[in-house]
Amino acid sequence: MQPEARNENLNPTGIKVVSLISIGQHPQSGRARRAEQDARAVELGLNLVGTGLELLHAGEGDETVMRSYLGMGLPKMTLLKQRDHCDALPVLAEYLARKVPDLVLTGVRAESGEASGMLPFLLGEKLGWPVINRIAAIGEVVDGEVEVLQALPRGQRRAIKVRLPFIASVDMAAEAPRQSAYGPGRRAAIDANATDGVVDAVRTGWQESPARKKPKRLKVVKAKTAADRFKAATAKPQGGGGKVMKNESATEQAQAVLDMLVEEGVIR
Amino acid sequence: MILDGLLPVLISVALALLVIGAVRRVSLWRAGQPESVNIVAGLLAMPRRYLVDLHHVVERDKYMSNTHVATGGGFVLSMALIVLVHLFGVDSQWLAWALLAATALMFVGAVFVYKRRQSPPSRLSKGPWMRLPKSLLVFAATFFVVTLPAAGVIPAEAGGWLLAVILLAGIVYGLGEMLFGMGWGGPMKHAFAGALHLAFHRRAERFGGGRSTGLKPVDLGADILGVDKPRGFKWNQLLGFDACVQCGRCEAVCPAFAAGQPLNPKKLIQDMVVGLAGGTDSRYAGSPYPGKDVGNARGGPDQVITEGLVNPETLWSCTTCRACVEECPMMIEHVDAIVDMRRFLTLEKGNTPNKGAETLDNLIATDNPNGFAPGSRMNWAADQNLRLMSDVKEADVLFWVSDGAFDMRSQRILRAFVKLLKTANVDFAVLGDEERDSGDVARRLGDDATFQSLAKRNIETLRKYKFNRIVTTDPHAFHVLKNEYKDFYPQGEGNYEVYHHTTFINELVKASALRLDLYKGGAVTYHDPCYLGRYNGEYDSPRELLAELGIELAEMERSGFRSRCCGGGGGAPITDIPGERRIADMRMEDVKATGAELVAVGCQQCTAMLEGVVEPRPEVKDIAEIVVECLVEEVH
Ligand code: SF4
Ligand code: SF4
Repeated sequence: MQPEARNENLNPTGIKVVSLISIGQHPQSGRARRAEQDARAVELGLNLVGTGLELLHAGEGDETVMRSYLGMGLPKMTLLKQRDHCDALPVLAEYLARKVPDLVLTGVRAESGEASGMLPFLLGEKLGWPVINRIAAIGEVVDGEVEVLQALPRGQRRAIKVRLPFIASVDMAAEAPRQSAYGPGRRAAIDANATDGVVDAVRTGWQESPARKKPKRLKVVKAKTAADRFKAATAKPQGGGGKVMKNESATEQAQAVLDMLVEEGVIR
Repeated sequence: MILDGLLPVLISVALALLVIGAVRRVSLWRAGQPESVNIVAGLLAMPRRYLVDLHHVVERDKYMSNTHVATGGGFVLSMALIVLVHLFGVDSQWLAWALLAATALMFVGAVFVYKRRQSPPSRLSKGPWMRLPKSLLVFAATFFVVTLPAAGVIPAEAGGWLLAVILLAGIVYGLGEMLFGMGWGGPMKHAFAGALHLAFHRRAERFGGGRSTGLKPVDLGADILGVDKPRGFKWNQLLGFDACVQCGRCEAVCPAFAAGQPLNPKKLIQDMVVGLAGGTDSRYAGSPYPGKDVGNARGGPDQVITEGLVNPETLWSCTTCRACVEECPMMIEHVDAIVDMRRFLTLEKGNTPNKGAETLDNLIATDNPNGFAPGSRMNWAADQNLRLMSDVKEADVLFWVSDGAFDMRSQRILRAFVKLLKTANVDFAVLGDEERDSGDVARRLGDDATFQSLAKRNIETLRKYKFNRIVTTDPHAFHVLKNEYKDFYPQGEGNYEVYHHTTFINELVKASALRLDLYKGGAVTYHDPCYLGRYNGEYDSPRELLAELGIELAEMERSGFRSRCCGGGGGAPITDIPGERRIADMRMEDVKATGAELVAVGCQQCTAMLEGVVEPRPEVKDIAEIVVECLVEEVH
């Protein structure tokens, strides 16, 4: 919560990285599994700091799923034990504020539960840290700064320099996670900490049902050649109204964003 | 003779060295993991296992079997008599004459060994093995001459110094190879290790005409899952490796080797020997792993095998076809060893190559290897009106559909078989969505955790219902249900019969439950699936059934127990280790060589592999499909 109070003596190997892991859900069977984005986040973390990576989960902690993350080669993890219908945010925020890591990795959105994709932002708000959305790769840490690659649509990437600490959500474009090995996963330790979870009152009232596919508007493409069809399929949507501001001052840029948000009714 | 005083000393020294070497060798084996065997019963059974079971395999090469009987028998007999006559000095002309006969027999045998070695086939190892026939000849000839005086053929003082020196050299060289070499890792080691390997074999059920092909379960609570270091093998597995005679019969039949993939079962076993004794493979004088040079492998009992001794690619090239095991005269279990090491790579290292990890993840999350929705398992049979076990609870036959349910080509086989079942009025039902992958692929990929989980859940389902037998069109599921689920059933349960569909249809035809016309079409050949043939000994039913249709099979050179794998087993298409050729293409060449227009198979995996060969090529059909074509349908 007070980043400036932290030890600024960062060295590339000494940074503390926490990866948040959630209970995934297989799209076909609905069975609990290692979530695809979270697993990518763990992979990223492993490549960054090796087994120094801390895995963190708030919830009941389905053992098979936890162990399938651990099977990626981590000797232990931290479990903030609370009932599954409790809100993960308060306990995570409280724990992270206490542990003050340099970097928190998450998936973009969970595969089960609320899956709103809000967690990284809410955490960022609570901790007062920047949030980088949808990253694909992380470079080396130099003087407390690190270059991350943000994944944009259609395979584009944006390089961003960020000062630690921050929260990054990991996109599917990141490197695929390594195979989970049963043996090490089974032997790894799960440090369970009891928490007094806050029951997510809103969520308890919900009913879950399988999603229905939204009907899609048919796009009629009048293309004669395969090349045209390919273009039509890959072309950027012609939104038009956008504006790229590169040379303006930060204040002008911020003003433009604010104006836009007001215009769209996001901020009143 | 001058040698009289020296001979007993030399024999004693050689015997002493043999004993010291043997004790050392035994200690190398004992470094392995404990495994209980019945020592006494094993030793008692050993001569029979040698004379009957081993010779049953050796006999496939008549030349070598006669040669070995003469040489080996002659040597054992000679050695016993040498001890009596020359060491203990038993003064009996009878014994001396017997010794003369024994050495003569050994000499004759050795001559044939020598002839075989004149232009040895590439599968045989060279190096010290090229020396062996000469050593055998020297040993036999020397002791023949040395025994002549004792037999009273020539006077004791015959021959001068020169002869004595020559004989002395012969004795030292002969005893050195035969006794010292036996204990200290020379070619003759095979006699000593081989005999004990037969006695303490890990699959004693194989002897006396039995069969033991199911993999042994992993204790999932162990500290290390699978085999990481040579020490991780059971002690009698290490002993088994040491029995290898480097005959290369395994190499000659290995489909992966023939395809130029980096696997040679003989080299693999020799690398295990390097591992258990410590050192490098620089003295190995046989064919290498295709595309890999010899001399770079290094290992020791406590060194991780896949870090320097064996490349993981070698282990993943194997289709688990068991051709090597079937051919090995020393009854070595290559597939067990390969899967043991794969288990370490998958369960401890998380390193299953290519599509391996994805397949295993799918099996864990959806109970089928391709990640289809488990609830769509019965979609193939939407128009078949099949009875579900969950509805009827009881049926004579439980039809195990297998993952072929998700594959359009395999569905044609399933439909054909269902039609036969219905025509013959068989009382059958299926598990429907309650069925899961049998676990075969997971197990061969080394993931025994997933296999056991699938097996246990399948067993739970099977235990809910009453049926007399299980029938399946998939030889892999057949093998697993028949041979590998037993380990997970509660004591005394799981005593159902499992049938492969070809066996079952054959019974139906014999019981006149199906009326069949003759097959109309060109020449037909039959491809034996490994998991039906070598794994379960079913070679006859498919052939009888085809004969019922009036088909005279144009057999391939490699058929029956020598059938060549299609390349689809053991998860090989999933791990997909590159070679120079594709195994399926080679098998299709075998088919073409018979002139057949149709190859009959009994496995959906074989069908997929063989149909994957580019056209023009003979047609590929499952036996169920062929029988359905010949079905005479009664009009009611
Ligand atoms: S493993 Fe068996 S078949 Fe292969 S070379 Fe050795 S003894 Fe011969
Ligand atoms: S099982 Fe088949 S593929 Fe594997 S080593 Fe033996 S012969 Fe080769």
